[in-house]
Amino acid sequence: MTGTAVDLIWLAPALALLGFVLNGALALWRPTAKAAVTVIGVGVLAAAFAVGVAVVIAFARLGAEAPVVFRYWSWMPVGALQVDAALQVDQLSAVMLLVVTGVGSLIHLFSVGYMKEDAGYARYFAYLNLFIFFMLVLVLGANFPVMFVGWEGVGLCSYLLIGFWFNEKVNADAGKKAFIVNRIGDFGFLVAMFIIFWATGSLDFGDVFARAPTLLAAGGGAVTVLTLFLFLGCTGKSAQIPLYTWLPDAMQGPTPVSALIHAATMVTAGVYLVARCNVLFALAPISGAVVAGTGALTALFAATIALKQWDIKRVLAYSTISQLGHMFVGVGTGAMAAGIFHLVTHAFFKALLFLGSGSVIYAMHHAYHATHSHEDAQDMRNMGGLRRHLPWTAGLMWIATLAIAGVPPFSGFFSKDEILAAAFARGSVQPVWLVFWGFGLAAALLTAFYMARLMLYTFHGPNRTGAEAEVHLHEAPWVMTGPLVVLGVLSAVGGILNVPELWGGSAWLHHWLEPVTKPGAALLPEAHISHATEWTLVAIAVAVAATGIVGAWRLLKPEALVPARSAPAERGFARVLRNKWYVDELYNFFIVQPLVWVSREILWKRVDQGIIDGAGVNGAARGARALGWLGSRLQTGQVGMYVALFVVGVLAILWRVTAGS
Amino acid sequence: MLLEPALVISAVLFTLGVAGVLLRRNAIVIFMCVELMLNAVNLTFVALAQRLGVGGQVFVFFVMAVAAAEAAVGLAIILAVYRHKQTVNLQNINILKG
Repeated sequence: MTGTAVDLIWLAPALALLGFVLNGALALWRPTAKAAVTVIGVGVLAAAFAVGVAVVIAFARLGAEAPVVFRYWSWMPVGALQVDAALQVDQLSAVMLLVVTGVGSLIHLFSVGYMKEDAGYARYFAYLNLFIFFMLVLVLGANFPVMFVGWEGVGLCSYLLIGFWFNEKVNADAGKKAFIVNRIGDFGFLVAMFIIFWATGSLDFGDVFARAPTLLAAGGGAVTVLTLFLFLGCTGKSAQIPLYTWLPDAMQGPTPVSALIHAATMVTAGVYLVARCNVLFALAPISGAVVAGTGALTALFAATIALKQWDIKRVLAYSTISQLGHMFVGVGTGAMAAGIFHLVTHAFFKALLFLGSGSVIYAMHHAYHATHSHEDAQDMRNMGGLRRHLPWTAGLMWIATLAIAGVPPFSGFFSKDEILAAAFARGSVQPVWLVFWGFGLAAALLTAFYMARLMLYTFHGPNRTGAEAEVHLHEAPWVMTGPLVVLGVLSAVGGILNVPELWGGSAWLHHWLEPVTKPGAALLPEAHISHATEWTLVAIAVAVAATGIVGAWRLLKPEALVPARSAPAERGFARVLRNKWYVDELYNFFIVQPLVWVSREILWKRVDQGIIDGAGVNGAARGARALGWLGSRLQTGQVGMYVALFVVGVLAILWRVTAGS
Repeated sequence: MLLEPALVISAVLFTLGVAGVLLRRNAIVIFMCVELMLNAVNLTFVALAQRLGVGGQVFVFFVMAVAAAEAAVGLAIILAVYRHKQTVNLQNINILKG
């Protein structure tokens, strides 16, 4: 207890949980009370954001280097394993707290307009509040098990919200896929926790990170294995190769959910985890290289797929995977502050892009609804020229596009440039990082290209909705454009948080996070690059972004596009990209099908039906029946027989009694 | 009255009763053999009462009372069985066979 507003930290998750309970009750008994749901659902989030701001201000005033830990009750007291239900506030969790509640509030507000006519309105907000609760537990937890509760909880909410419209099988399947793929990652997290407890004798963040440098040999087997298992958890939650396939399918959920869970907050949990465990990753250089390498490869790979997607949300989904790859390059390199910085700016501009696409889909859906058309409201081939009807959305999405493409002075430029510069600097010590830098740069080029393509096909060129539907296209109500404007401002100026010294800034976020990142940074090799090199890198990054955007503008011809219904199939390499490198098919053939075959032919038909049902259940019944048949043979119904046996019995007893005495 | 002849007669009567129950098939005969066994026991009680006190004689009255009740119920059952099956031969009555 510090005696300041920091003590109120429990209120933030508690408010979200309260919102879930109240909205859940309304969803069960009064699903039509939409006004009450709106007030509760958005209200608790706004209150939680206010609490978050108060806590962070109070924490900054304290000027504490060490985390402030609140232990509420003993959760798992088992011998040497002492786990408390504990929350902690430090510089890193403060940043996450503000992002989760801040961006979360805006997206809740947007949802009010987007989900207005949905029958599951109360259920939707109940899930959304529950998600915020678990996300706050994840980022505020003071030990691995508490964090894991949040980690699993956000997975659950993700599943519930992807399959929100579960009446359609494709949505329910997407939810299942997300849940199952995440299980693989969660297995890694669990194993990592076991190793951490075995190696350090504790699961508290403070104890583990303090003891790790002395107990774990740098570059040794234990720390390498445990960080790799941790990273397996990250690849699941944060959609990296090889477990990224669930995220594009997660777009089946409502668009604000994609913005909140599958872009801004939940999927960044893996980046948060690596940054939180920076000491462990600094002790395991191989794991660091694996993290950065996987991130770089994912960034490039996902960006290539995004080039040929037609569904506006799928483009953004692959873009999210790609940007998460950039973050992992940052944290894998040891530039924790850069990774977290990109996490924050990405939360701004990607939330804006998703909400903007939500606004577009909302308009398209209403236009098609009004004309009783059954075209795909998310296919960019059906859009075109929307800037005339959705000027606010178009303008704001352009800001986000420039930010994600890395055009100065928008926020994404600073964060992405810092990551690439850190990778390049590390490359001067370990050349393999130059490869990662190259991948990241190529991904940045493709990012600029596919984002420009998205904007071009959606908002520019001729209209392809059809003249009848075109007159029904309207900008969304203020409750939806309002959050877009706020996010647009944040996307534009978010770079202020961490203007590097190169630009005469103070690198505020970098210094703010130093108490958290210092122990890990101290273990990594020093890598400095001269200012001249840095300026060169900046020039390259800007050139790449400009090339991507201008290239898209020159190469792509929206006039040549035909609506999705009559569009020809792609040919050649474009077809490979359109089909996502056939990764889903490969997984299906090499993992899913064998697993289904083993489950069906061996586990079901042999083990379950043969052994358990046959020998176990029915076998026991057959045995009992055989014994019963034997016993029933004694019952002849002949009284004489009974009497004879009775007499024999009496004689036997008499003999036994008399012989005994 | 001598004790030993009384006990010998009692043993003979009891054995006859057991043999009858085991060997005969007519329910009424078997029933009479059961009565024979009861009375054999009664004879033992009375004979031993000379030495061991009056308790044995008291017990005989109980046995006779129970035997009378048993006769009433048992004969009624046999009568009911006869009405049902037209026989009192126990070999023909085996519907409780397992």
